[in-house]
Amino acid sequence: MSASQHMPLFEVFIRSKRGLDHRHVGSLHAEDHQQALEYARDCYTRRSEGVSIWVVRSSDIVASQEEDAAAFYDPMDDKPYRHATHYQLPDEVNNM
Amino acid sequence: MSNPGTTQDVMNYAIALGDDALVLGQRLSEWCSNAPFLEEDLALANVALDYIGRARMFYGYAAELEGRGRSEDDIAYLRDCREYRNLLIAELPRGDFAFSTARQFLVDAWSLGFLEALERSADARLAAIAAKAIKESRYHFRRSRDWMLRLGDGTAESKRRVQDALEQLWGYTPELFGADAIEARLAASGVAVDRTALKAAWDARIDPVLAEAGLQRPVDSWAVSGGRDGMHTEHLGHMLSELQFLQRAYPGQQW
Repeated sequence: MSASQHMPLFEVFIRSKRGLDHRHVGSLHAEDHQQALEYARDCYTRRSEGVSIWVVRSSDIVASQEEDAAAFYDPMDDKPYRHATHYQLPDEVNNM
Repeated sequence: MSNPGTTQDVMNYAIALGDDALVLGQRLSEWCSNAPFLEEDLALANVALDYIGRARMFYGYAAELEGRGRSEDDIAYLRDCREYRNLLIAELPRGDFAFSTARQFLVDAWSLGFLEALERSADARLAAIAAKAIKESRYHFRRSRDWMLRLGDGTAESKRRVQDALEQLWGYTPELFGADAIEARLAASGVAVDRTALKAAWDARIDPVLAEAGLQRPVDSWAVSGGRDGMHTEHLGHMLSELQFLQRAYPGQQW
């Protein structure tokens, strides 16, 4: 019987540099937040990948559902003026 | 270090400290793929690698001091049991997870005091190695301390196992606070750590954790030593036969 079957799952987010955002890098099992933080250090930052770690219980994440895609995202598709690419930029602006 | 006698002493001292690190690192590495679960497997292997890295620094320095062309690998792989100088607690078989955890806890608590003192060594190279290693040991202690609390304050079985482990290990702890002739000479010149002075700080580190974990500090009833003189338990030879197999069977082999 594996101990991890009884331990909650945590999602790990690491900020690789000051000024950047935390990015999701993976998940792990741990008994509590403190242990999750330590395992995150051991599993995901051994090669100097990070300056800051967040861990959050996977069960605390509320995710959108696949079947909601139509209601959630499709309405944006026929409103091209919401996209930056819809607008013609004067050449003087170059890259924006 | 113009005095050759002193150079010889520092070299032997560096080898002894390298032996402490290599032997414990090898024991920890035996958990790789055997730990209770994946995350702990990685964490233990990381600690093992920290120790093996530490051994390389000490052996590398010893090889330079010796100046006879021996490499750090020669020192690790081509010496027999009696030439190893590690403290005995490092070579004991890994036992169950509680045993390995209790050993790490006792050794980590000791390493903190030892490395803090070695950081002030009159030998700049040893001080630099200690400065690097102590950061690792702070993390190691945090880990082993947490595990002592979890096991001591966990189930009846985890508590029994970790208490048994403490009893089995306890007689090996007085050796941590001994001193051999080389260390005594080097301590007098400010190079080596006077280990006899580390006991009070060690007690202060472990006692509150044992109390919080609901564990009994074992009674001082027995003590063994001899590691610094090359007198080892029967376990070291078996460990070295595995550690050294490749270089013994295929001398000079590289990969």
